[in-house]
Amino acid sequence: MNENEVRTNKRPFLSGPYFIWIIAFTVLPLIVIFRYALFDGNGHFTLSNIAAIFSSSINRKALWFSLEIALGCTAFCILLSYPLVMALKHLGLSKRGFSLFIIILPMWMNFILRILAWQMILSNNGILNLLLTTLGFEPVRIANTPTAIMIGSVYDYLPYMILPIYTSIMEINEDLIEAAKDLGANSFTVFCKIILPLSLPGLLSGIVMVFVPSMTSFVISDILGGGKLQLIGNIIEQEFMISNNWHVGSGLSVALMILVLLSMAFTRKRTADGKESLVW
Amino acid sequence: MKHLKHFACSFLNCVKNIFLAIRKHFKGILSGIYVGLIGLFLYAPILVLIVLSFNKGRSRVKWEGFSFKWYEALFSNSQIGDALVTTIVLALASAGIAVLIGVPGAIGMHALGKKKFKVMMGLTNIPLLNADIVTGIALMLWFVHFIPLGFGSVLIAHITFNIPYVILSVMPRLQQMNVSVYEATRDLGAGPVYAFFKIVLPDLMPGIVSGFFMAFTMSMDDFVITFFTKGPGVNTLSTMIYGQLKKGIKPEMYALSTLIFLVVSAVLLVVNGISDRKKTPKAEQIERI
Amino acid sequence: MSDVILQLEHITKSFDGKMILDDFNLEIGRNEFVTLLGPSGCGKSTILRIIGGFVRPDKGRVLFEGHDITMLPPEKRNVNTVFQKYSLFPHMSVADNIAFGLKLKKKSSSYIRDKIAYALRLVNLEGYDDRDPLSLSGGQQQRVAIARAIVNEPKVLLLDEPLGALDLKLRHEMQRELIKIKKEVGITFLYVTHDQEEALMMSDRIIVMNKGIIQQAGDSKSIYDEPQNAFVADFIGESNIIDGIMVKDLLVNIQGVDFPCVDTGFGENNPVDVVIRPEDLEIVPQGQGYLTGQVISVIFKGAYYEIKVKVDNYEWMIQSVDPAPVGGFVGLTIDPDNIQIMHKPVRDDEEVARDE
Repeated sequence: MNENEVRTNKRPFLSGPYFIWIIAFTVLPLIVIFRYALFDGNGHFTLSNIAAIFSSSINRKALWFSLEIALGCTAFCILLSYPLVMALKHLGLSKRGFSLFIIILPMWMNFILRILAWQMILSNNGILNLLLTTLGFEPVRIANTPTAIMIGSVYDYLPYMILPIYTSIMEINEDLIEAAKDLGANSFTVFCKIILPLSLPGLLSGIVMVFVPSMTSFVISDILGGGKLQLIGNIIEQEFMISNNWHVGSGLSVALMILVLLSMAFTRKRTADGKESLVW
Repeated sequence: MKHLKHFACSFLNCVKNIFLAIRKHFKGILSGIYVGLIGLFLYAPILVLIVLSFNKGRSRVKWEGFSFKWYEALFSNSQIGDALVTTIVLALASAGIAVLIGVPGAIGMHALGKKKFKVMMGLTNIPLLNADIVTGIALMLWFVHFIPLGFGSVLIAHITFNIPYVILSVMPRLQQMNVSVYEATRDLGAGPVYAFFKIVLPDLMPGIVSGFFMAFTMSMDDFVITFFTKGPGVNTLSTMIYGQLKKGIKPEMYALSTLIFLVVSAVLLVVNGISDRKKTPKAEQIERI
Repeated sequence: MSDVILQLEHITKSFDGKMILDDFNLEIGRNEFVTLLGPSGCGKSTILRIIGGFVRPDKGRVLFEGHDITMLPPEKRNVNTVFQKYSLFPHMSVADNIAFGLKLKKKSSSYIRDKIAYALRLVNLEGYDDRDPLSLSGGQQQRVAIARAIVNEPKVLLLDEPLGALDLKLRHEMQRELIKIKKEVGITFLYVTHDQEEALMMSDRIIVMNKGIIQQAGDSKSIYDEPQNAFVADFIGESNIIDGIMVKDLLVNIQGVDFPCVDTGFGENNPVDVVIRPEDLEIVPQGQGYLTGQVISVIFKGAYYEIKVKVDNYEWMIQSVDPAPVGGFVGLTIDPDNIQIMHKPVRDDEEVARDE
């Protein structure tokens, strides 16, 4: 018993190095970015850097556009993922790692190149229009439009939605589905009443993993938006890399962080009970 | 006439059977088509890049004939070689160090009281929840005061966002672990170090391995954080490609990404084949009888 | 059995080339309590899953009140299942679990409320409506599962080892309660278990199965007292099963000694299996009785002593209210009525294969 107590008393020290690391490279950098955000170049306290996300019309527009893209991208990812997971389950591919393999594999090709490939596919004289005209359809003009950015975002973040949903659905005990059918539920009811509610944890972590990056990305809009369509990520990047205005850039980042955390607050509640779910 | 009737009958029967078969497998067929379409969506750009890597000309739209010339050029391009080495070393080192800090970290956290555990978990989640761009900028602003931006700063940044993946994949296994096994080992006379390496560590191994691979993948895949924390002269493949965007991507990049893609698919296929053979669905089916 | 509710005709099923059921036939009467009893892997659960609609037989038909339901999906069948692992929906309260089937049938909310109250009373869980099923004990979860199935008023209730995961005391309690519930709701129960005691206690009729084949069917008493082969004898209760030779009608030779018995029709000088229940053997002073042997162990079992007596190379098991001295020599005797003679198995399906 004594031995046991010694052990439990000692073990927390193992997390010491990690704790130091968190303080040094997670907490302190956040303090620094807040300091930049809350002071101007002359060392005076100001809220204008943070408020800049709403005060300038360009920023407002970019923020609104980012929200649109993020919401749309998240919604499309959900709508595409559920049927896919159900189809994989139906095809009996669920127990083999193969379907996961198919979904993860594209992530191993550099994402900037893959987005670039979408530019080649979607551009006005690109592959898609070549196919359409060969088949006798009218060509479509989606290059450099919000649609193109949406396609690119959905493409890039879809696996991050599929994987957690896949994991949580495959974890559902087949007995529960049989029990529901036994009680008179058809496949559709089984999905609505059993599978959907039981996969909520997966869905929520999928939303976190898709919503935040799709809102803050700047590479996809850079490539597929033709430089004219700007997300909030593009604005922040330019404050740092082009205008060299670190205070405003930090202010925008902090504002973005607060917005993201606020919008994620509702998902945190669900996962707060110590059950951290992972992707794969 | 009789023949005709017979023929018509059997024809109708045949149609009916086909119809029944379609109806019976309707869901399966629909599922197959849908999976195929998503597959096409996921793999279309990859196919485009692979085709382009064999294109003779520099054009990104026109096929000018088959050639291996970009593959040849790839091996004589030291810049790309350097970026590749940087990317891989960075991914291996950051994932390895993340494991070395994260695994003891998780074990220590597991032994903490409920409140402290929650605080640590909350801190662990910050890099995961925060947008990459915010993490990257915060680290950059912090680094410029203390250390030169270069490989070292990028490595620290990657370790920082990798540790949470290690912790989150080790933690569930820790929580499931049967403490009495550890205690039995101690009871049978094993010292704490021996018990850790013989009992605890093997039990955590699957979590550690998946944490390592996740960290490795995330590091390979990262662009934004590297972009903000790197100094001049240091390039990973991602930042190099991004740098070339305005001027036009060198076709060697297509060749390289094709090679990486093929190597990774081969490795994953082999790993998959091994783990598949270990756990056949047969066993599960028999259980259900 | 005039009123047949469920018929299985020539059911054949194999998984991965392994034959699970081979030309299986069974009729179940309305309001009967039938138990499928057998070791794990004998195909008993598969029969339940075929009736429930979760498994399609390779061959054969399932008739429900005379209608062929072989191809009907589970949700369209008027049977409900109580699963071994309870399978309660973890995201719903106890009441929502019970209401699940009724809501699907679009019953009125007042009807559903009454039914939930009735079902919870039936399974002794009044006031548990809003509880989270995972917070309940195993026994309570199983009660909820039973309530959830019964509110749908199925004509047949399928129970797949429903008490398998409970401890012994709780199991006995639940057995009595199941009988009570059965009486109260008056529907057909088809029960699957590998616990012979459970089967003997609850059933109107027991179907003993092994390797996908019915070994014996009958009421508890006939199964226990007159096992038709060594498998049944071995599986049902503890038995001494020993090789014997049927000298002629009414006389069997065991271990070189002739025993009078009551069986006829086994021919002359044919090898047979002899089954003698441990409680039927009587210990008498050495020299009396048919056999003589040495006591090798005596274990007190509460209500009786379990005594092992070695005669030649066979250890007889005897249950007796009186102990015997270990190491001492004793005689064994038996009433002719209590000797059960059986044919030697001709097929390997009937061989003794008890795995527990």
